Amino acid sequence: MELVQMQKSLQDYTKSLFLDGVLDSQFLQLQQLQDESNPDFVSQVVTLFFQDSDRILNDLSLSLDQQVVDFKKVDPHVHQLKGSSSSIGAQRVKNACVVFRSFCEQQNVEGCHRCLQQVKKEYYLVKNRLETLFKLEQQIVASGGMIPAMELGF
Amino acid sequence: MMEVCNCIEPQWPADELLMKYQYISDFFIAVAYFSIPLELIYFVKKSAVFPYRWVLVQFGAFIVLCGATHLINLWTFTTHSRTVALVMTTAKVLTAVVSCATALMLVHIIPDLLSVKTRELFLKNKAAELDREMGLIRTQEETGRHVRMLTHEIRSTLDRHTILKTTLVELGRTLALEECALWMPTRTGLELQLSYTLRQQHPVEYTVPIQLPVINQVFVTSRAVKISPNSPVARLRPVSGKYLLGEVVAVRVPLLHLSNFQINDWPELSTKRYALMVLMLPSDSARQWHVHELELVEVVADQVAVALSHAAILEESMRARDLLMEQNVALDIARREAETAIRARNDFLAVMNHEMRTPMHAIIALSSLLQETELTPEQRLMVETVLNLIKPIAVVKKLPITLNLAPDLPEFVVGDEKRLMQIILNIVGNAVKFSKQGSISVTALVTKSDNRAPPDFFVVPTGSHFYLRVKVKDLGAGINPQDIPKLFTKFAQTQSLATRSSGGSGLGLAISKRFVNLMEGNIWIESEGVGKGCTAIFDVKLGISNESKQSGIPKVPANPQHVNFAGLKVLVMDENGVSRMVTKGLLVHLGCEVATVSSSEECLRVVSHEHRVVFMDVCTPGVENYQIALRIHEKFTKRHQRPLLVALTGNTDKSTKERCMSFGLDGVLLKPVSLDNMRNVLSDLLEHRVLYEAM
Repeated sequence: MELVQMQKSLQDYTKSLFLDGVLDSQFLQLQQLQDESNPDFVSQVVTLFFQDSDRILNDLSLSLDQQVVDFKKVDPHVHQLKGSSSSIGAQRVKNACVVFRSFCEQQNVEGCHRCLQQVKKEYYLVKNRLETLFKLEQQIVASGGMIPAMELGF
Repeated sequence: MMEVCNCIEPQWPADELLMKYQYISDFFIAVAYFSIPLELIYFVKKSAVFPYRWVLVQFGAFIVLCGATHLINLWTFTTHSRTVALVMTTAKVLTAVVSCATALMLVHIIPDLLSVKTRELFLKNKAAELDREMGLIRTQEETGRHVRMLTHEIRSTLDRHTILKTTLVELGRTLALEECALWMPTRTGLELQLSYTLRQQHPVEYTVPIQLPVINQVFVTSRAVKISPNSPVARLRPVSGKYLLGEVVAVRVPLLHLSNFQINDWPELSTKRYALMVLMLPSDSARQWHVHELELVEVVADQVAVALSHAAILEESMRARDLLMEQNVALDIARREAETAIRARNDFLAVMNHEMRTPMHAIIALSSLLQETELTPEQRLMVETVLNLIKPIAVVKKLPITLNLAPDLPEFVVGDEKRLMQIILNIVGNAVKFSKQGSISVTALVTKSDNRAPPDFFVVPTGSHFYLRVKVKDLGAGINPQDIPKLFTKFAQTQSLATRSSGGSGLGLAISKRFVNLMEGNIWIESEGVGKGCTAIFDVKLGISNESKQSGIPKVPANPQHVNFAGLKVLVMDENGVSRMVTKGLLVHLGCEVATVSSSEECLRVVSHEHRVVFMDVCTPGVENYQIALRIHEKFTKRHQRPLLVALTGNTDKSTKERCMSFGLDGVLLKPVSLDNMRNVLSDLLEHRVLYEAM
């Protein structure tokens, strides 16, 4: 029973992530790619995403804290973050990055600072949620169950 | 008492008139006699040199004594004492002595004095003469200077006209001439024409016959000759009331020719032509021609002759040089025209030969092939006749031709038979033509998807069609791989036909290519290089006719949508680690063998002909990603070895698509890529090798 319960809560949780717009269909694609030959694909990708993004956000903070902001350095970082987040389906992070980039183009330091905060916020949100997701999955697997495939019809 | 005084009574009474006159005369004589020496002394003192002082003293003494005598005589006119008489006597005696002495001395002196006078006169004459000579020398020196200057002037120019004009001007100035003229012989040599004059600006051009006696007189000698002012050559100016015309001198000026200058042969001997220079002194002057002036004129005439000859030589050589240059230019043009003509003719001949021979070779080849197949006796006879007709060419080459037909070739096909035949003829003909020895193999087979990838096409047979591949391999001359692209261009030759023993492609391959393209196929040539033989391959799409289905030849499965990508080697290039991983995951899931790189440099290093597709992320800002596409194109010149290039980008508007196309990418994919998208794209790509629709 617990297993079924866990599986149900996993499904609901995942659904909520999609409904909230934290994740989009790209994440589903990733899940589709996970199979017997590649069982940890999603977690591997997500872990990599976390590592990359932590680094990028660090660099961005440093760059924006300079006396004279070098937008030529800032923009590539944001672009990279946008790319990564869209690859795994972190929709809100991606959107925040898009706004960030436009402020970069305008060379608006104030705006950039605000965007950075926003991006960080979204990022930590998705990180948190995904970590919770993985924990749930691990629990299910530890209990000997299978992670249910997501339904695509919503 | 009458004292007896010692007085002496004069002879005559003192009152006597005569006595009175004597008295006065004596007085004056004394005075004169006293004053003469004074004068003498005075003048002698004045003069610097007087060699005869003692004469003077003597003479002075004589005079003084004479004067004294006469003075004392004055007292004897009246009664005078004895003393006076004594003094008188003494004086007289002394005077007598001195006078005699003087007289004696003068005998010696006077001739001397006279000779001094003579010498003086002589010296004066000499001095006068020397002065005159000085004057003469100076004049001559002056003249000599003029000559030098004149010569210099004359020789400083190589222009004929200037030489002559300068001569006349300078001569006129130096010698203060009234007129100076030059008569040149005419072309015919029978007349002398007045060519240059000093004073008249535009000389009246008249001529005199050359055979005049006065002219002959001048021409005979190299000296300047005085001629009459009335001779025709001298009558240059209108006589206007001048009675006495100045003296006229004429001199010849030799006109030397180039050929006259032999090393040891002074041209005088061979020269024939002379010009005449006439010089006139001013009229109404008493001037006469002096010898030195005549000499000057002769010298000038010689100098002029030399200067003129130099000018003539120069003119000659300039003319010769100009002529040579003209001839050179003309020759060059002629040579080039000739070369062009020869080249054109050779090209024409070569093309004609080649075009005429090609079908011949093909006919021979195919006829030989035909002989190998099963023929009825009549057919065999006909084939042999054909071969015999073109035997002479056949004899030249003995090339075995083998034919291989793949077993799965359909028996009956639908297609354009005539054109297919032409293609085969052309290719086989080329093979025969290019090979001097060796064999030719013709292979026909059905093209399959797992064949080695051809340059432009990857063919997947569908139900009612199949792709026929024909390979014609020869072991002949081979082709330089760099020249292969040009082969299919009309008329493009790698070398002039005339220089290659086996001619180029000309029209044949271009036409074949056109036909093959019409049949939705492709044609290409492979060659390892010159001398390594050549393989011509073409694929054409042919229809399988109904009869083939009936005869049960197995069909190739027709489901292009679900092509198996198993083992398909691909390369993914993406700077973003996350998206790289995702793309890789996608492709691995589809069964591909995926290699990943994270930079363009790494990509170029790693990419090889084993990779069928390269996925490259091109949306990183600021980096010119498309360059990698160009570099890959450069790296893989053989199109069938080049991997397909697909761009992964964040936006897929028209400009991006166009950009990708222009850089030689075969397809564009929108990120992030879904599995189905990737699958569809990959299969479409591999089927058609180009993809710009699936967005």
